[in-house]
Amino acid sequence: MSNTTVRFMQGNEALVEGALVAGARFFAGYPITPASEITEGMSARLPLVGGVFLQMEDEIASMGAAIGASMAGAKCLTATSGPGFSLKQEGIGIASMMEIPVVIVDVMRGGPASGMSTLPSQMDVMQARWGCHGDHPIIVLSPATVTECYELAIKAFNLAELIRQPVIILSDAIVGHLRERIELPDPSTVKIINRKMTDKPPEEYAPFEAGEDDVPFFAERGTAYRYHMCSNVHTEKGFPADTNNAVAAKLITRLHRKLDNYADEITCYKFFGAEDYDVLITAYGCVTRAARDAAKALNAEGRKVGVLQLQSLWPFPKAVVAEYAAKARKVLMPEINLGQLIDQVRLATDRPVEGLNRCDGAEIRPEQIIEKVREM
Amino acid sequence: MTNVKDYIRQDKLPHIWCPGCGDGTIAGAMIRAIDACGLTKDNTALITGIGCSARFNNIMDFHTFQTAHGRALSYATGFKMMKPEMDVLVATGDGDCAGIGGNHLIHTARRNIDLTVVMINNQIYGMTGGQYSPMTPYPSIASTAQYSTFEYPFDVCELVKAAGGTYVARSTTYHINLTQKLIENAIRHKGFSFVEVISQCPTNFGKRNKMGSPYDMLMKQKEMSVTVEQAKDMSPEELEGKIVIGELVNRTDRKPFDEVYQDMVRKALAKKGEKL
Repeated sequence: MSNTTVRFMQGNEALVEGALVAGARFFAGYPITPASEITEGMSARLPLVGGVFLQMEDEIASMGAAIGASMAGAKCLTATSGPGFSLKQEGIGIASMMEIPVVIVDVMRGGPASGMSTLPSQMDVMQARWGCHGDHPIIVLSPATVTECYELAIKAFNLAELIRQPVIILSDAIVGHLRERIELPDPSTVKIINRKMTDKPPEEYAPFEAGEDDVPFFAERGTAYRYHMCSNVHTEKGFPADTNNAVAAKLITRLHRKLDNYADEITCYKFFGAEDYDVLITAYGCVTRAARDAAKALNAEGRKVGVLQLQSLWPFPKAVVAEYAAKARKVLMPEINLGQLIDQVRLATDRPVEGLNRCDGAEIRPEQIIEKVREM
Repeated sequence: MTNVKDYIRQDKLPHIWCPGCGDGTIAGAMIRAIDACGLTKDNTALITGIGCSARFNNIMDFHTFQTAHGRALSYATGFKMMKPEMDVLVATGDGDCAGIGGNHLIHTARRNIDLTVVMINNQIYGMTGGQYSPMTPYPSIASTAQYSTFEYPFDVCELVKAAGGTYVARSTTYHINLTQKLIENAIRHKGFSFVEVISQCPTNFGKRNKMGSPYDMLMKQKEMSVTVEQAKDMSPEELEGKIVIGELVNRTDRKPFDEVYQDMVRKALAKKGEKL
């Protein structure tokens, strides 16, 4: 492809490129390591493409501004790390409930609390799922390479727009900061999805009346479509109905059903290694890189090892894990935390699942995985 | 003469406010001000947070959304930047705006973004049952201050002024014509405009503090108020316990935020042009 551009780029930079190609034209953020390159990149790029970049007074405000801008019709991004991710949870819940497309990047660092600001972790995996209160649905994608930062940024925006749903990209300090070769496709060849707009006249329009796919339609603000939206349980017309059991049940189940309807579009994973594997390593994010190297070395010495990389973490791709794990004798789940996603893997399979964990701010290295697999 | 009904979603009545509440009076003034300024319903957005004030936009027929507690200004900032041609107003309360949303108030004022904020100061968290707010006078009784409050309130207009708000004004529900006039001026002002309206909450503040009927509470507002002009000749001791009403700040020396942003964009494009 003559229009492919080859670059040497950081994961955080590639994420900026992907977001811009996807159509992001608004960014609001707050300085935090190791996510600041995304904020800095957006501050340099958005003014040149007719977009708006805002550095807000805090993480909560940057989440709010992104949702507000999306309510005005823009594709919006915000980026943070653990401490900021905690503060953004309120807004993530609002975006779920009000069905506002927005993409949130959490470049994970060591925690809890201020933790280890420059060192990697995967400690926010459960927070990404259940960080904000209430029964809310969420989509979480996790890149392992610079190229995946680019690709999953586009995918995140497409899913956010398609399903009217906040989408979280869980990157980490390793993937965010490492530099790799990346082939950027011609932007005109990239598939872009935009939110569905109503074709009903203003008097018939109800902002939360869903289509067959359970996703409601937007209407342009600043027109005769004057409508209300609120963060309470609400009717299809958007008005509070927070003491109405039937309305609550209908709304909250629909919010979840939207994701079920688009499960195939959301779910993404990759497989590496020996097809006739004896041990399956399930991995995500930066650990995938060590798992691939380990599998390569182990397979070279005659072991049969496969690696299932989960790129979509939530909704948890249970069926995929079940299918791949069924072919293995044992499953290994290395994570840079004390074991968060491993419970989901255990729920998906009856095969023995072992963990390999660390919480000291260091990466999991291929040698550790090799040693562990040899014991299995 | 404004027909207020033209701006009300009739099917959303009755509203939820208690008898004697100031919210309806202020909502009426807001509508008359919007009408007087010639804003159209299709081009006006009214954004709120949480609390009694957040229910302003349930009944008002504009582009409306009710967001998170204290965050209306953040949402409004994002919205306004992507819809600069729309007139964007925020209705908020003392708890919503000066309490949980205080940081957003400071920085939204500092940016001088072209929003109009009407802060209804009823000096209490009304919707949740009468807990004391950052605006509750010391000493008072509240549901979370059964013996007495033990904190001092602060002057929110002084805060907005110090942060760089370019239009700051205060009125009361008693002085409703002044309130309307100040909201009109605020809407016409290019940049961040803030109108504090001292209001009465007979149910959750007045009753506990033995302030009498809503009428008595309004008369108290009248009694306590002094105009900006009168206040000029008064000592700090004389101003103690007074409500200074009128226009407190009206600056035109700072461009609104979206214009300053566009200035930066022009610089960015010129700089990029040089490189190419």
